[in-house]
Amino acid sequence: MKNYDIVIIGGGPAGLAAAVSAKRNGIDSILILERDKELGGILNQCIHNGFGLHMFREELTGPEYAQRFIDQVNALGIAYCLNTMVMDISHEKVVTAMNRTDGLLEIRAKAVILAMGCRERSRGALNIPGYRPAGIYSAGTAQRLVNMEGLMPGREIVILGSGDIGLIMARRMTLEGAKVKVVAELMPYSGGLKRNIVQCLDDYGIPLKLSHTVVDINGKERIESVTLAEVDATGKPVPGTEEEYSCDTLLLSVGLIPENELSSGMGVQLNNVTSGPDVNESLETNIEGVFACGNVLHVHDLVDFVSEEAKTAGKNAAAYVKGERSAGGGREIRLKPMDGVRYTVPISIDTARMSEDLTVRFRVGAVFRDCYVSAYFDGERAVHTKRRIMAPGEMEEIRLTKEQLLKYPDLKAITVKIEEA
Amino acid sequence: MEIRNLTCIRCPMGCQIAVQIDRHDIVSVTGNACKRGDVYARKEVTDPTRIVTSTVKVVGGKADMVSVKTKEDIPRGKIFDCMRSLRGIEVEAPVYIGDVIVPDAAGTGVDIVATKNVGKE
Repeated sequence: MKNYDIVIIGGGPAGLAAAVSAKRNGIDSILILERDKELGGILNQCIHNGFGLHMFREELTGPEYAQRFIDQVNALGIAYCLNTMVMDISHEKVVTAMNRTDGLLEIRAKAVILAMGCRERSRGALNIPGYRPAGIYSAGTAQRLVNMEGLMPGREIVILGSGDIGLIMARRMTLEGAKVKVVAELMPYSGGLKRNIVQCLDDYGIPLKLSHTVVDINGKERIESVTLAEVDATGKPVPGTEEEYSCDTLLLSVGLIPENELSSGMGVQLNNVTSGPDVNESLETNIEGVFACGNVLHVHDLVDFVSEEAKTAGKNAAAYVKGERSAGGGREIRLKPMDGVRYTVPISIDTARMSEDLTVRFRVGAVFRDCYVSAYFDGERAVHTKRRIMAPGEMEEIRLTKEQLLKYPDLKAITVKIEEA
Repeated sequence: MEIRNLTCIRCPMGCQIAVQIDRHDIVSVTGNACKRGDVYARKEVTDPTRIVTSTVKVVGGKADMVSVKTKEDIPRGKIFDCMRSLRGIEVEAPVYIGDVIVPDAAGTGVDIVATKNVGKE
């Protein structure tokens, strides 16, 4: 059995930034395990620009953003294994992995950082009726085919779901000569970033149909057309609104799910809303010394915030390994999402362990205009900040300081909610 | 008098902005909630620009494709000309980030450069 101080599961943006941070915080024995043939994760297929505005103050493409961190990993001499699939992590932090050169590997870690990312929701999760012909792809699969393998999935495209990957692929396939006929979105608002709606759809005259869904898929061997219908406020198709769109390809961009089979296998407690682990202020799960960051924790819109979060996880894992971390004060403040706030990361704060500043990230459940984000320290409103707009597609955050929390020695719960003006 | 309707992308608000144009002069910008919207709308109407990203084939590399981009913004109207300038292009490995793949793409004065390192097989 091999031994490492910190084993990082996943060599995408979260894993890379966590590794760099752990190393800079004094840990030399670090191993990154990556299942793909190269580091960088999903950024390798995200060839569009717009990454790094917060992190580097410039607009990079996905591969360029990844390379910045890969260069740091290499410069710092951090070890990694490629083409290596992690099969299991035990509660005692023994990682079982497999690859073609070493066969079965067993690695004992003092700390584990979960950075496996997320995967796409599939057609099976949507229950769309109709045949199962060829030509139905998740948007990310199409992205990989076009950008990494140089293959075009089809020529006449309909896209279901207005998540960012779907919008990006609408533009990408248009540039490669395909005709993207329509993007249908079940919700009355888009799940994607505004800039993607404008630069990927409006620029190319691609219509976005809100409150619409696919009610039938036609064609037996290859998809020939889909039937779209408007949906009512409860999400049910409205009879008489059906429209048929001929197409040879249907792309699904209908949400991402954190990939937590390994986490739950080792006994990590998962959150019902995010499908990611419940974590404390140190981004540590219910298992001591097991940390999580990036899309495995909760799905992000911007990689910049993944890197930021991973930096925190790496730093905290380093402190844990070095035994420098406070044992905790035993006083745990719970964070409770309410009234429009769907979840918070973290879900609890130990004031003895928290750093001077703490970023609490969350998502809202609907579009809110001219509202306030409020945090109640038990009964007292301690944070009250105005937002012109909040939407489910854009992650929100508030910042708490240690100084602020120490003023409330008996504080038990912080409720985060949206309040009308 | 012409009116152009735009969605501002400077923040998640997504203000619906109306720009009133008389021949080549902007008469008014309305609907924006802040100054950034005004700046965005004026640029979008007079000189809209974009970065174009795509991929080209690699010969003898560890990957089949290498991603590329216009090094700077190009006029929005030149996007498809830029794409055409990439048609049939193949590069030999190794390729490094920043390598020029197509100089002066479609007469824009902007080079198309690689955005990924692809080593030799």
